[in-house]
Amino acid sequence: MWDYTDQAKEHFLNPRNVGEVEDADGIGDVGSVSCGDALRLTFKLDADGRIADAKFKTFGCASAIASSSALTEMIKRLTIEEAEKISNQDIVKFLGGLPQEKMHCSVMGKEALDAAIAYYRGEKVKEGDDDEHGRLICSCFGVTEGLIEKVVRENNLKTVDEVTYYCKAGGGCETCHENIEEILEKFKDEADRTAPAAVKKAPEKRKLTMIEKLSKIQETINTEIKPSLAKDGGDVELIDLDGDKVIVALRGACSSCPSAGFTLRYAVEQKLKEFVSDDLFVEEVKA
Amino acid sequence: MSPVIYLDNNATTCIAPEVFEAMTPFLTDYYGNPSSMYSFGGFVGKSLAAARSQVASLLNAQDTEIVFTSCGTESDNMAVIGALDANPDKKHIVTTRVEHPAVLSLAKRLEKRGYLVTFLSVDRQGLLDLDELRESITDQTAIVSIMYANNETGTIFPVEEIGQIVKEKGSIFHCDAVQAVGKIPLDMAKSHIDLLSLSGHKLHAPKGVGALYIRRGTRCRPLIIGGHQEKGRRGGTENVASIVGLGRATVLAAEHVQLENTVVREMRDALQDMIFTKIPDSILNGHPEQRLPNTVNISFPYIEGEAILLMLDEHGICASSGSACTSGSLEPSHVLRAMGIPFTAAHGSVRLSLSVYNKRDEIELTANALVQIVKRLREISPFSAESEFNPTGSI
Repeated sequence: MWDYTDQAKEHFLNPRNVGEVEDADGIGDVGSVSCGDALRLTFKLDADGRIADAKFKTFGCASAIASSSALTEMIKRLTIEEAEKISNQDIVKFLGGLPQEKMHCSVMGKEALDAAIAYYRGEKVKEGDDDEHGRLICSCFGVTEGLIEKVVRENNLKTVDEVTYYCKAGGGCETCHENIEEILEKFKDEADRTAPAAVKKAPEKRKLTMIEKLSKIQETINTEIKPSLAKDGGDVELIDLDGDKVIVALRGACSSCPSAGFTLRYAVEQKLKEFVSDDLFVEEVKA
Repeated sequence: MSPVIYLDNNATTCIAPEVFEAMTPFLTDYYGNPSSMYSFGGFVGKSLAAARSQVASLLNAQDTEIVFTSCGTESDNMAVIGALDANPDKKHIVTTRVEHPAVLSLAKRLEKRGYLVTFLSVDRQGLLDLDELRESITDQTAIVSIMYANNETGTIFPVEEIGQIVKEKGSIFHCDAVQAVGKIPLDMAKSHIDLLSLSGHKLHAPKGVGALYIRRGTRCRPLIIGGHQEKGRRGGTENVASIVGLGRATVLAAEHVQLENTVVREMRDALQDMIFTKIPDSILNGHPEQRLPNTVNISFPYIEGEAILLMLDEHGICASSGSACTSGSLEPSHVLRAMGIPFTAAHGSVRLSLSVYNKRDEIELTANALVQIVKRLREISPFSAESEFNPTGSI
């Protein structure tokens, strides 16, 4: 059974703004029966250009209905420019979270909002595989390259599974997994270029206790550092911790490697700063 | 936390009070190992033997033809892999597209490992084409694995006709009867079935115990290799208490099988009649007659199954759905898709499965709750019989 938050359940059991606004200024239709969910969002503006009323009709599971209900509540009283800035993550936050596998419901809400705004602006509603949305990647769920890129960018996605959770692409016959990998790879390269280090969001950096710090350091060494050193036949061992000074010994190929200092700085210290604490610095003992 | 109305008996069943009572001494006082040489263990061994007789009796089989396992899935795996191992020259398997994952996923795995697998298709009511079956079996076919009754729709296959065809063609017939045992009278002495799987928790015994019937003379290698338990056919110290429970449950099942086909069937029929009368555009999934007496699977087009289940849950009613959102995958049930049920209907399917422990008033409460829920969700849905809603975007 899915673990829905109380807010999500509340918006599912008592959805707000069900129906269609009459003489709507914006209409956004997304989804399909075959994919298992679909949504029509309609809104009307007041004289000041703010969204006076918004309604939805949704075919889908509890989280699809809850996301739609949340979306209509969120955009009321906003200008188009303000509404446009709402992301799928904002919908998730409004609901106090969604199960990871259900993230596509929030993306559907965002897609409907974009479509309704485009309708309002008189931009012709896209007819599937036009240039704007690029080639079709997942034929099972009709997901284009454009949409995959968008969810990867906006949600900082790293794996094919995550892409499936957020937009369903790859959730059927799985033959498009390679193409999704390529898209993810492209984003990884871009991210590496624009921000050399520390693009990977480091976990929380509150003050750690000594025990927490020590076990996190060991964990990071085991999962992040050792595997990359092992590729070159090297290894590293945690010897001691003195305040923020991490004392390590390089082993295997690393111990005699001329670029050991570089390894220490970049492969070890950077990783520890990233995953444990910015304050850490590394010293080597020769064993 | 207990459900008010439990209508998901094809998923699992309550442990019958008689079963629980029979088991408890083996979880407290009688902990001896049934294989031991002292009477403290020997008594336990005798209880195991008694349970074996009870299970054999329900199937009208011989005691030596029953092997205890840990679940229905293990029984299915043992039957298929055991038969393949015993016939290493044959590389072909015949099964259907609507099997339980215990057989279907295994068959797909074996296909990747070089076996040739024929997945027979079914028609709109979930039935096989027996001519297609006959043509598919060759002298290379090691095993034909076809279920007795479908867990999702309740559709019953004509297993004796199937068995006769398999025998004429000289292959081994395995039948996954997990859903049928206790609901349909079985007689292995007159049957063409060589291997038959059953599961404890589908017939009011606990989870974690099952059995495989192996017809005397059928070559089937063990799946779990270990000690001499189960005459070397399944290693591992026996799950004594649960096996004793399974034995007791099969005695109860023999007593209840008549009720299943009268009282339970009448309640099920009343439930589906109320639904079809009160909810427009509802569609029966499965065969109208050739169906388990306790099962009804109905589609409510234009709405989605998970939403229906969560609203039923608010009424304390437990049921299942073949919708994508409940399966953990993104696609609706493989059974409904194999039957060619349109996506509009497959996403909005609900399975209600009864037991002898249900009461008539629960049936009415459930039908009334469903009427309200379907109406409410259809008001929220952009789709309807008249709607022109035809979105273009993806997602």
